[in-house]
Amino acid sequence: MFLIHCPYCGEHREEEEFHATGQAHLPRPLDPDSMTDEEWGHWLYYRKNTRGVHREMWVHAAGCRKFFNVARNTQTYEIYATYKSGETLDLPENPTVTETGSILNMAHGASDITKEQSS
Amino acid sequence: MMSTHQLKLQQRNRLASGGRINRRKPLIFNFDGRRLMGYEGDTLASALLANGIDVVGRSFKYGRPRGIMTAGVEEPNAVLQIGSTESTQIPNVKATEQSLYHGLVSSPVNGWPSADHDVMGLFGKLGGALMSPGFYYKTFMWPKSQWENYEKFIRRAAGLGKAPTKPDVDRYDHMHHHADVMVVGAGPSGLMAALQASRQGARVLLADERSEFGGSLLHSLERIDGMEPMDWVESVVNELSDNPKVTMLTRATVNGYHDHNFLTISERRTDHLGDTSPDGTARHRFHKVRAGSVVLATGAHERPLVFANNDLPGCMIASSLSHYIHRFAVVPGNSLVLMTNNDSAYQSAIDWLDAGRKVVAIVDTRKSPEGRVVDLALERGIRVLTGSVIIEAKGRKRVSGAVVAPINAQGTFVTGDTRWLPCDTIASSGGWSPVVHLSCHTGSRPVWSEDVLGFVPGPTTEQRYTAGSISGKATVNECLADGASQGRVAAAAAGHQSNDDINLPVAASGNDVVGDTMPIYLVPHTKPVSRAPKQFVDMQNDVTAAGIEMTTREGFESIEHVKRYTALGFGTDQGKTGNINGMAIVAKSLNKTIEETGTTVFRPNYTPVSFGVVAGAHTDALFDPQRFTPMHTWHLENGAQFENVGQWKRPLFYTTTGETMEEAIAREQLATRNNVGILDASTLGKIDIQGKDAREFLGRVYTNAWAKLAPGRCRYGLMCGEDGMVMDDGVTSCLDENHFLMTTTSGGAARVLSWLEIYHQTEWPEMEVYFNSVTDQWATMSIAGPDSRKLLASLTEIDLSAEAFGFMDWRAANVAGVPARIFRISFTGDLSYEINVPAQYGLHVWKALFKAGAEYNLTPYGTETMHVLRAEKGFIIVGQDTDGSVTPEDLNHGWAVANNKPFSFIGKRGMNRADCLRSDRKQLVGLLTTDPSVNLPEGAQAVRDPEQEIPMTMVGHVTSSYHSAFLGRRIAMGVIKDGLQRMGEKVYFPLVDGTTVEATICSTVFLDADSTRQKS
Repeated sequence: MFLIHCPYCGEHREEEEFHATGQAHLPRPLDPDSMTDEEWGHWLYYRKNTRGVHREMWVHAAGCRKFFNVARNTQTYEIYATYKSGETLDLPENPTVTETGSILNMAHGASDITKEQSS
Repeated sequence: MMSTHQLKLQQRNRLASGGRINRRKPLIFNFDGRRLMGYEGDTLASALLANGIDVVGRSFKYGRPRGIMTAGVEEPNAVLQIGSTESTQIPNVKATEQSLYHGLVSSPVNGWPSADHDVMGLFGKLGGALMSPGFYYKTFMWPKSQWENYEKFIRRAAGLGKAPTKPDVDRYDHMHHHADVMVVGAGPSGLMAALQASRQGARVLLADERSEFGGSLLHSLERIDGMEPMDWVESVVNELSDNPKVTMLTRATVNGYHDHNFLTISERRTDHLGDTSPDGTARHRFHKVRAGSVVLATGAHERPLVFANNDLPGCMIASSLSHYIHRFAVVPGNSLVLMTNNDSAYQSAIDWLDAGRKVVAIVDTRKSPEGRVVDLALERGIRVLTGSVIIEAKGRKRVSGAVVAPINAQGTFVTGDTRWLPCDTIASSGGWSPVVHLSCHTGSRPVWSEDVLGFVPGPTTEQRYTAGSISGKATVNECLADGASQGRVAAAAAGHQSNDDINLPVAASGNDVVGDTMPIYLVPHTKPVSRAPKQFVDMQNDVTAAGIEMTTREGFESIEHVKRYTALGFGTDQGKTGNINGMAIVAKSLNKTIEETGTTVFRPNYTPVSFGVVAGAHTDALFDPQRFTPMHTWHLENGAQFENVGQWKRPLFYTTTGETMEEAIAREQLATRNNVGILDASTLGKIDIQGKDAREFLGRVYTNAWAKLAPGRCRYGLMCGEDGMVMDDGVTSCLDENHFLMTTTSGGAARVLSWLEIYHQTEWPEMEVYFNSVTDQWATMSIAGPDSRKLLASLTEIDLSAEAFGFMDWRAANVAGVPARIFRISFTGDLSYEINVPAQYGLHVWKALFKAGAEYNLTPYGTETMHVLRAEKGFIIVGQDTDGSVTPEDLNHGWAVANNKPFSFIGKRGMNRADCLRSDRKQLVGLLTTDPSVNLPEGAQAVRDPEQEIPMTMVGHVTSSYHSAFLGRRIAMGVIKDGLQRMGEKVYFPLVDGTTVEATICSTVFLDADSTRQKS
C-alpha cells in the first residue's frame, strides 16, 4: 500500500485513491497513418518490464481525477518523485527519494524531513 | 458430573500460589468431551497443562501423539478447534494464544476417533516409507484420475480443522491510524522504545499480541529499577496511558508490514470473553496504520534442539517452562531433564526446582559453560552434565526418560556410552531465533549472524528500526538500552528530536555474564540419521531430519525447493520453531554454511487472521454500493424483478399477476410494439462536454464525423480503442455549438469518462474542453411504440409531428410541467422518445406519463424486453455482441466510420492493420434457426459441417438469442467467420446435450428493415 503524492492536490494520499494506468511517457504518434503495422504495433503493445527505476502514469481517481507521472523503483517500491503530465524529470543514476516521493513523516509535512539510515 | 471442587483438584500441575491468574474466577471449559477447570488469566494451553493433559492432537502425517511444546505463537502442536455452536466454529486456534473463558468448547483438529486413540497413528507406524518427503508428488499424483479420491482420504486423515457451516454471528470492523512511531512488541525493548518516543513528543502506537504487555518480563524474576518486573511494566504502561498521543493495543497482532510503512494489526477484542462477542462489540478489529517510523521489537523465539522422538508429549521449549510457572502457576511435569547449548535455559531449570519439582539434570552440549547462571544452577545442587546431549526421548504418550550421551566438541558424533535418565519432561534450548518475519514483508532479506546464530533483519528502504532481541540482544539490560536508543532515533526521524538525556532503567540481573552459544542444531544419535528414530524438525508438518537429508540426496538444493518438497515451514506456524534447524540440516548435508543456504521468505500474515477481520463491516448491504434510479420506489411498488447492472439495480421485468418471466416479457414486448411501452433508462451514462474544442474532441474519440452535427441534432457514435476494437457506443447530442451530451453504456460510464480525461490531459491538453459526469443528475425515461407520440403530446405543448421533430432530433420542452430534454432516438426500432428531466422530477414525470398513458395501455418494460426489442432491429450491445476483438467493420457498422476525417481518430490506425482488413474475420450476422421455436443458446459454437470428426473446425459463436413475441419465433445474432459474405448459408451448432441446431445466416435486422416504424 503506497502513499502517493498527488502533484495537483499537493498532498500525500493513500493508494486506495489512485489507479495505476501503465507506463508513462508514451506519447501518441502524431501521424499514425504513416506508420507501418510493425511500428504501430510496437507503440501500441510493447511495454518495458523494468527492474529498477520505472516511470509510470497514475490517476488520482477518487480525488482530482488528474493523471500524473510517478518515478518508482519496481524492486524496492520506493517512489522517488511524482510530477505532472507533460513534465519531465531527470533522475540521477542512483536516485534518492524527494519530497514528492515516499513520505517519511506525515506529522510535519515533507519539507522538514531528514531521512535517517535504518539500523 | 464432577463438582467444582473435584474439578479444582483435577488441576494437578497447578501451584498453590503465584501466577498472573485470578483464582477467584474459576472457568469451566471442555476439551475433547472432558469438563475441566482453569482460571481467569489462563490460556487454553496453560489450563490444559494444569490439568495434566498430555496429548492435544495427532500429527499431520504420521498420526503421532503430540503435546503442548511452547507458550506462544510459535506453537506447532496445540492447534485446536474452538466453538460451541455451528456458527461460532474456529479452526486452527493455537491453544497458547487463546485466552480461557467460561464455557469454552475445544477439540483436537487431528485424531480420529480421538487424539488419544488414533487410527492414523497405526498408519504412521506402518507407513514410514510411504510417507517420505514429497509423498504427495510421489504417491498420490498417479494415476492423476485418482487424485480426487486421494485428496478426500488425505484431508479426512489429516484433519485440517473444520469451517463453520452457518453464518458468523459476530461483527468486525476496521480502524485507521496515523502514527509518528509504530512500535511492534511490548517487551522490555518495545516498552522502552515507546516510552522514549513518547517522551520526545511523538504520536506513538504500541501493539502486542499477548493479553498483557511485558513480553519476556511476564515470566522474569529480574527486578528493574528496584521493582518487580511486572510492577515496572505497569509503571511504564501508566506513563504511556497518561499521554494522549499514545495508543496501546493488547491482543493485537501486527500481521503485515507493507510498503511505505503501512502496517495491519488484527486485534482480538472479545475472543477472551466468550464464544460470541457481547452485544454491539466488534469481535475483531483490523487496524490500518501509516507510520512515520516503525520500531520492530518483536523479540526472539527459542528454538528446540533436534533429537530422536523429540515430538513426544512432555518435550518442551526451555523458556516455556518459566513462562508457565511464573505467568500461570503451572508446572507441566514432575521431573525434568533439560538440554541446552546456551546459558538462557538454565533459568528454566532453576525455576522448575524453585517450584518444588525435581530437576534430574541439565545436559549442556558445551564442554565448559562459563556463564554466571551456570554457577547459580550448581549452587542449587542441580546436576549439570557438560559436553553431553539427549540423543533420544523414551516414552509412549508421554516422556518417560531421556537417553544421554557425551559428544565431541563439534557436536557431530557421540563419543561414549549412553545412559538413561528417568524423567517425564524434556526441555531443550537450541538458542534464539530473532522474529524477523515482519521485517521481510516489504522485501528485505534477512541476513545470517554468526554472533546471534540466527537470521537478523536485513537492510530496508523503509524508515524502520529494530530493537532488542530481534537484533540479537541477549540480556534485559541490553534490550532496555537498545529500545530507548532506537525509540529516540525513530522519533527523531519522524520529526521529534530531543537532546535530553535518556533516563535508562537498570535491571538488577545476576546473569549479565553470558557464555557463548554452541552452534548445534541436530543432535547426533548413535545410529545414522536415516536409521535413528524420527528426529523432528517441523512438528506441524511432520518433517524429519532424515526426510530433509533424503530431499537433498534427491537433488533439491535450493532452500525454497526443499521447503516445497518437504513442507518444511508450511502451515499455521510458518516454521517459527523449525526453520533454522531445517536450514542447518540442509546446509550440513550440502556441505555449505547456513549463510550460503539462505532462508525462505516470510510473507504476510505473521499468524493466521480471521476472514471476518479482513472483511470488516464490508458485508451484506455494505459489501458494495448500490445505485437506484429516481423511479426505484415505483418499480418496487409495481412488481419489478431487479437485475444488477454494475452497481445499478434495474428492473428486469415487471409482474404482478403471478405470470412467469417468459409470459411477462412477451406481454411487455407486444404492448410496446402495438401500443406504447416505457423503460427507465436513467442508468445510461451521461457525460456533459463543453468548450470551444468539444466538437473536434468528439471527432477524435469517435469513429464517425461530428463536424456538421447542428444544435438540436443527435448522432449515434462508436468509440474504439487504439487497437481499432469497439469499446463503447451511444448517442451524443449537440445541445449548443460548443456543448454536447454524450451517452454511454450503463456499465461503461466511468471508463469512458476516464478515457476522455486521459486523452485530454496527456495527449491534447491544448484543447479547450471540459467533461463532467451528469448520469445521476438526470432521470431518463424512454417511451416507445406507435402510441408514444400521442402519449407525449398530452404532456407537452411542442409540435411533435415528424416534420417539426424528426428522427434523431432533440428539443427542449416542458413535460408534465417540468423542464425537459426530449430526444427522438430509438433503441427499439419503433417510434420513440427519450425524456430527460432533472433527477428530482423523475418520479413525478414518470407518474404523470402513467396517468396520461392509461388510455394507451402504457406498459413498463424491463431490461429483458429492452434486449429483445433492440435485437429485433439489429442494434448491438457492446460487451454482449462484442468482446474486445470486434472492429466496426466486423459489426457491419462501417457506415459509422469516417476514414476521411483530417485527424487520425482513435482506432483508425488500429482497424486498418492488415489483420483487421481480412475479409474472413468473424462478423456479426443474424441467425434464424430452421425450427423457429428452438433455442440457440448464447455462447454456442458454430461449425459449417456437423458431420466432421471431433475436434471440429469452429467458425464463430452465438452472442444474443431471444424469443421474439412480436415475430412469433426465436431470433439470434452471432459472429461467424466471413458471415457477411455468406447470407443464406446454413451453419450448425452442436450442443452439449448431443443435439445439433441448424440455422441460416441472415441480416441482423429482423424487423422494419426500411425503418418506417422508427421514422414515422
